[in-house]
Amino acid sequence: MNWINNYVRPKINSLFSRREVPENLWTKCDECGTMLFHRELAHNLNVCTNCDHHMPIRARERLASLFDGGAFTEVPVPEPVADPLHFRDQKKYTDRLKDARRKTGERDAMLVAEGEIRRTPAIVAVQDFSFMGGSMSMYVGNAIVAAATRAVERKLPLVLFSAAGGARMQEGILGLMQMPRTTIAVQMLKEAGLPYIVVLTHPTTGGVTASYAMLGDVQIAEPNALIGFAGARVIEQTIGEKLPEGFQRAEYLLDHGMLDRVTSRIDLADELATIIRMLTGQPAPVKGDLPPPEEPTEIGPAMPPEVPEEPEAAQTK
Amino acid sequence: MTQYLEFEKPIAEIEAKAEELRALAAGEEGTDVLKEASQLDAKAADLLKSLYADLSPWRKCLVARHPQRPHCKDYIDRLFTEYTPLAGDRNFADDHAVMGGLARLDDTPVMVIGHEKGNDTKSRIERNFGMARPEGYRKAIRLMDMADRFGLPVITLVDTPGAYPGKGAEERGQSEAIARSTEKCLDLGVPLISVVIGEGGSGGAVAFATANRVAMLEHSIYSVISPEGCASILWKDAEKMREAAEALRLTAQNLRELGICDKIVKEPLGGAHRDPAAAIDAVGKALKGMLSELGDSDAKALRDGRRRKYLDLGSKGLAA
Ligand SMILES: [Zn+2]
Repeated sequence: MNWINNYVRPKINSLFSRREVPENLWTKCDECGTMLFHRELAHNLNVCTNCDHHMPIRARERLASLFDGGAFTEVPVPEPVADPLHFRDQKKYTDRLKDARRKTGERDAMLVAEGEIRRTPAIVAVQDFSFMGGSMSMYVGNAIVAAATRAVERKLPLVLFSAAGGARMQEGILGLMQMPRTTIAVQMLKEAGLPYIVVLTHPTTGGVTASYAMLGDVQIAEPNALIGFAGARVIEQTIGEKLPEGFQRAEYLLDHGMLDRVTSRIDLADELATIIRMLTGQPAPVKGDLPPPEEPTEIGPAMPPEVPEEPEAAQTK
Repeated sequence: MTQYLEFEKPIAEIEAKAEELRALAAGEEGTDVLKEASQLDAKAADLLKSLYADLSPWRKCLVARHPQRPHCKDYIDRLFTEYTPLAGDRNFADDHAVMGGLARLDDTPVMVIGHEKGNDTKSRIERNFGMARPEGYRKAIRLMDMADRFGLPVITLVDTPGAYPGKGAEERGQSEAIARSTEKCLDLGVPLISVVIGEGGSGGAVAFATANRVAMLEHSIYSVISPEGCASILWKDAEKMREAAEALRLTAQNLRELGICDKIVKEPLGGAHRDPAAAIDAVGKALKGMLSELGDSDAKALRDGRRRKYLDLGSKGLAA
């Protein structure tokens, strides 16, 4: 696989999905109501230029924004058994999956990539909230295990962006079992002495916070991200009182000692590079946007980013 | 007296009728009335047997949550000697939803930890219905860590609707506490054996049950979410809990097939609550068996074995 073929160049236009552009060139900020020109908003990583509100950003766009020159190589994720429980609610799980795949163009709710952040090689895993609410599935578990395995192989840090409502109900107990599975992935990094940095993004709740998303060496959150175990409505019903303003928001968690930092999306790449380079004894990073690395470090056998339509059920290791 | 579940009403009716007949006979031996009463007894027993031979997943949930089902404390009282409770997380509080301490199983010193739901209004409130707060998980972490340092096997008894959804619980890091407890389970260099004795509710259960061996009582359940919760989210109707219970595959039998549960412990006819002593003894026997299976393993083998078990999960689904 050619390194060049795996380049994803962040053309500003492509930072928005084709569905939204070009008919509608303006987006209204959910928070302050300001009309924002797409190009400008995309350039600002979907952060409102008026009020700093962090709007959702797709996983692939996140990767492109983070890595130097938008260049990265995807780390292949072993395909789990499809629909292991033969789950059906009002709709079949297999149909829900198909819909989500069509809608997002992604295989499941997590992408893993290798690249350089301010010339700092790293493995980055990004959870995609737009894929079935980012829910923790066997695929997501496999992705995190694959990310940790690759990080250990290449002695690189792992940065993980979380976003999910919890475990994927349609995978029942096997969804829940991703809590121990992903915790094992974190242990692999610890044993190898590699930094594991979690960036919690809006929203991260349920079994995801109760496993890999709370086990980082450094815990960073985006401003105003909702982070918690139980849902606010359930808590209000249980305790019979209104919850305070800002409850379960990033700044609230920071105040309660549950996070190290709350950092704007705009500053994340610099901050991640700064922290990683100190933890791994490298000289200070060059900050700001950089072109892609000239000399790609040897990239391991990469799988094509396109996944086959009906993949063979693969076993996870 | 046994409390009957909704689906057991027909049994209750037959048994009540038999009682009535016996009262009518007023102690006179050999009358037709008495004969009829014993026929009714037999009928009730048959019905109980046939109902419990094929419990739907939702009915299993009801049995698993039965108020008279033996709870953690009952197991500790009957199975262990020298139980010495150890309290507190050394940080904030002692969580009464989680009990634990040193004890002997036969002669072997172990650390036993479990969720306790309580068995009457007062104790249920005190135990917070078995819903632990961060302090409960942190107490468990402390006790597991101690067991690890002194080479004691850890036995966890799982019976919780889930972690407590409260304001303080969130502020004090409910999710972090659960994550660390799961991590501690995986770290242990001593055997960790877990038995789901009632409800294995989501992350609150995972925090204790990430074990070398997981046994489940025949009618216990273990699920990512309660059937009611799942129904209200996916069916937008909490009343669809029967369908949700079916779809979630939360029974011990399903989990055995998926490799999460290693052993099913048979319950007395009509559920553990109809003969708690027999149910508890069966769990005791299973625990001793699993402990002796792991007896010779060293710390690395135990850690690796646990890892392998969880990493390999999901490599096969349920049969169609
Ligand atoms: Zn705004």
